[in-house]
Amino acid sequence: MAIRRSRGLGVAGVLTVASLAAAACGGGAGGSGGGSGSHTVTVAVVANPDITQMEQLIGTFEKENPGITVKFDTLPENQERSEIQKDISTSGGLYDVVMISNYETPIWAKNGWLDDLSSKFIASDASYDAGDLLPPIAKSLSYQSDLYSVPFYGESSMLYYRTSMLKAAGITMPEHPTWAQVAAAAAKLNQPGKVAGICLRGENGWGENLATLDTVINTYGGSWYNTAWQPQLTSPATAAAVNFYVNMVRKDGESGAANDGFTELLTLYEQSKCAMWYDSTVAASSLSAVPSVFNDTSYAFAPVDKTSSSGWLYTWSLGIPKDSANQTDAWKFVSWATSKGYLNLVGQKLGWAQVPPGSRTSTYQNPNYQKAASAFASITLNSINSVDQATAIVPKVPYVGIQFVDIPQFEDLGTSVSNQISGAIAGSESVSQALTASQADAVPVGQQQK
Amino acid sequence: MTTIARPRPRAAGHARGRQVKRWSARLAWTVLVWVAAIAFFLPVLWMVLTAFKPETAAYSYPPKFTFSPTLSEFRTVFSRGIGPYLENSVFATLVSTVLVLLLALPASYALSISPVGKWRDSLFFFISTKMLPIVAAIVPIYIVARDVHLLDNVYALVLLYAGMNLPIAVWMLRSFMLEVPGEVLEAARIDGAGLFREITRVIMPIIMPGIAASALICIIFAWNEFFFAVNLTSTVAATMPVFLVGFITSEGLFWAQLSAAATVASVPIIIIGWIAQKQLVRGLSMGALK
Repeated sequence: MAIRRSRGLGVAGVLTVASLAAAACGGGAGGSGGGSGSHTVTVAVVANPDITQMEQLIGTFEKENPGITVKFDTLPENQERSEIQKDISTSGGLYDVVMISNYETPIWAKNGWLDDLSSKFIASDASYDAGDLLPPIAKSLSYQSDLYSVPFYGESSMLYYRTSMLKAAGITMPEHPTWAQVAAAAAKLNQPGKVAGICLRGENGWGENLATLDTVINTYGGSWYNTAWQPQLTSPATAAAVNFYVNMVRKDGESGAANDGFTELLTLYEQSKCAMWYDSTVAASSLSAVPSVFNDTSYAFAPVDKTSSSGWLYTWSLGIPKDSANQTDAWKFVSWATSKGYLNLVGQKLGWAQVPPGSRTSTYQNPNYQKAASAFASITLNSINSVDQATAIVPKVPYVGIQFVDIPQFEDLGTSVSNQISGAIAGSESVSQALTASQADAVPVGQQQK
Repeated sequence: MTTIARPRPRAAGHARGRQVKRWSARLAWTVLVWVAAIAFFLPVLWMVLTAFKPETAAYSYPPKFTFSPTLSEFRTVFSRGIGPYLENSVFATLVSTVLVLLLALPASYALSISPVGKWRDSLFFFISTKMLPIVAAIVPIYIVARDVHLLDNVYALVLLYAGMNLPIAVWMLRSFMLEVPGEVLEAARIDGAGLFREITRVIMPIIMPGIAASALICIIFAWNEFFFAVNLTSTVAATMPVFLVGFITSEGLFWAQLSAAATVASVPIIIIGWIAQKQLVRGLSMGALK
């Protein structure tokens, strides 16, 4: 018995050595990628439906560019942010292309972590039409007037509503509603336990509940900081906006709103449990997969109070880290994935309603896209093009950003404030308590900016 | 006529009372154990059920227990290139576990049967490495991995998983070795067994259930490890846990896909656990006796 077991151990040892040797020869796991003459472009991307589409179509790029293999490291948003920030800040060189947003791009460009795409590639690449990029989106991805990442898709925010429900309640929604009108409609439409008058984000996260709430704060005349970098989270205008938002969602919103982000609300809306929904313009493409809901949905611009427009501006874009060893191949991939050609490819292969929205003007001039996305194309384009920070935020502010403050500390501060707001929505604390705690968190961050 | 009730023997009554009490206690414990077992198993069951639901049904509220099962989410999982992730996980898990056992066996021997000087300090040193939060060390580890060209390399995971599991294995194997009867070892030495033979021919057969239990614990920890994997790998050496989180999206439905991927990821561990069940129970019981 003992001898048999001893042999078993010997076999295990031999297997280990064999597998180590096999792997060392490249036959096992984790060898270095690519043989002679071939290059691997490693791309860090966020997990979302538009990226899944790109993964499906990457064969076309690899066919057009023999010798280049593209590998995707697909992670959830927060994970991806943290991974690429760690890699890029330590010159790890793991990634040749990174998917980042208009929050990171100017900060990372300033830190010298990203290639200046305008001067390094676009200036000498006549085939890349940078002039076709939507101006507000391109501006948000620029630092000192040069593009440091180029948009894969872009979004603003708008109001979705169920045409039949509003009609049955005798409500006519204007194309440019005010928040007061929306709140009145929500109160009338709300059927507790059946249909929420309005669905709003409550889940913590600076990209979750703060994205929607910040647009309300802006249009109510509030802000994060004044020009002296003093926090304004307890100012009357900000407090009024937050009270309005929290009270509305608690009174006429979906139950358990403190746990709801984009995904949960999309599901609720698709299940006809929301009469209205204020969220990202990209949801329109997702809704097209549920025809009964899609055909009964109408759209309105982001509701306002003191401003003429209040939609947010967000984009997922592709940038090239300065430490990438495959700069030329990386640009080949980036220029392909953000080109008119790629958008046409998606339209032809996967359907025109699935084309990543909000990046190029030509998308909205394409008859096929106009036809497939006729219900939401125009409002999406106009929402994005109407975003202007100068008019979206009433007081003068020292920062850039509609639904975020474009400073490195905002990720932490935003997360902490969003936790407080989530608590207020859940009812575990009052709005006043939440804002007082948030104000205290914002003070040291403001002092660091002076 | 008068009937006189026969007095019930007090002792017998007490015995029956004690028996009833014992049964009640046993019943209560049985119910409690079953409730706890079901509570622990329910999320797993829910994961498996969700894996067979269409994506929209996974989000239905109230949750549905009856639905038309579909394999479409499994098809999606397998269409997203699960192979390399699975291969990396198997490699990192098995190689690191074998490495751990190769190192832990002699180390445990030197800390139990033939204790080295200051063995208590050594033992504490082993376990103290588990007290440092990994997150505090990740940036230095990342930079070292970068400088020795082990970023996105499965050998980095092998080394780290071996280091991560070694203290646990040493502690476990040491407790098993302490139970090996001294007389048996003496007899082996009198018969001329050297150190290597003593360990491989005498000690190892006796503590084989303990070795199996330690190996399984190492396998489970290495298989499920996420933090090192997500931080030190990208596309070449990424493991199953990294593959799983790729299904979590902030812009779309993913519960059914994620459940299908998690179900697939759980299968190897369940199979290994099932195969090693007998040894594992014996091994854990041995440890429990300590």
